[in-house]
Amino acid sequence: MNHKRSAISDARIDETIGNLLRAGVVVSSLIVLVGGGLYLIRHGTELPNYHIFLGEPSDLRSIMGILKDASSFSGRGVIQFGLLLLIATPIMRVAFTVVSFVIQRDRVYIGVTFIVLAVLLFSLVGGGR
Amino acid sequence: MNIAEFCCLTFFGSVAAGFLGALTGLGGGIIIIPLLTLAFGVDIRYAIGAAIVSVIATSCGAAAAYVKEGFSNIRLGMFLEMATTFGALFGAAVAARISTESIAVIFGIVLFYSALISARDDAPAATKDTPDFLADSLHLDGIYPGLAGPVSYRVHHIPTGFSLMFLAGTLSGLLGIGSGAVKVLAMDRAMHVPFKVSTTTSNFMIGVTAAASASVYLNRGYIDPALAMPVMLGVVLGSLSGSRVLISSRSRHIRRIFAGVIMVMGVEMIYNGVTGRLLP
Repeated sequence: MNHKRSAISDARIDETIGNLLRAGVVVSSLIVLVGGGLYLIRHGTELPNYHIFLGEPSDLRSIMGILKDASSFSGRGVIQFGLLLLIATPIMRVAFTVVSFVIQRDRVYIGVTFIVLAVLLFSLVGGGR
Repeated sequence: MNIAEFCCLTFFGSVAAGFLGALTGLGGGIIIIPLLTLAFGVDIRYAIGAAIVSVIATSCGAAAAYVKEGFSNIRLGMFLEMATTFGALFGAAVAARISTESIAVIFGIVLFYSALISARDDAPAATKDTPDFLADSLHLDGIYPGLAGPVSYRVHHIPTGFSLMFLAGTLSGLLGIGSGAVKVLAMDRAMHVPFKVSTTTSNFMIGVTAAASASVYLNRGYIDPALAMPVMLGVVLGSLSGSRVLISSRSRHIRRIFAGVIMVMGVEMIYNGVTGRLLP
């Protein structure tokens, strides 16, 4: 009985999650596309050098730096903002799952989901560097 | 070759990689890395950064279609996510401490092995109906919609599955791939989860694991926006069209041929890693 009820509410939550994920991919892809356009118009004729690893400048590595670059409409900043949004999409999915376990009053899985969310946020703010 | 031309080339290469990835079931990430390093001479760290981003995009894009069918087991996925996200952090930490040649060699081995698995289409492991104490107390058993109404199934060997998932996460963090092959292996073979449930749950987990890896790589400066842009857009486009083709069963032979090509790429990665030819 308990199983059946949770299966039904799981299905409803699944649909919302599916839409959330699709929206995340579509919106971030569009932002990346716009940023790519800006970048190619300004720097398209320069020479690429991806065979040498230099690492990205510090403002393209952190959330605050990316927000700053994107708001000044630098092509690379806008692309990186789109990519940041894409990385955030599965994290939002996990956050949404916490809500669904709260509704189902499933204490064990509220805990499990919080652990996963904590690891994700830890690495997002640069903890794994 | 200027940036605009390079961008076009990598875009079309990524479309092809995404298409192949969907067709073989390997995912675009694992194919784009050898393409970028071997064909375009990109440093493997930039290639990994661009690939991991496209892994998230394909996983999320496919999930939207999967979840409507109601196959994925969210509890099982979330439980195993604990293993894969910690594994991803561990893998990304290891990646910073070993040489790019070693990464290339490990990548080649994983690529070869994944292609080998995808080429053999064994019958999925039989499901077992005996209760499992751990699965029972963690409420991991589930129901999926079958042809003749809902089918219930039980999950087994939780510790083995959990350990394999840690390995999958480690490989994802180390190599910038989704590790779909190891994830399905863990759920399908070790935990006796029905095939449809294991593939969709694995897809759900790939996006979350890749988000953990990608966050570390972003902070470490591996994700170059100008390279990730054509790669991500191309892989998404390619895998969307590739997943449509997958439906026809005549593609089995083509899949084998492609798997063979990918195995050759794996061997080349190992060779280049061993001989140090990846260095400029």
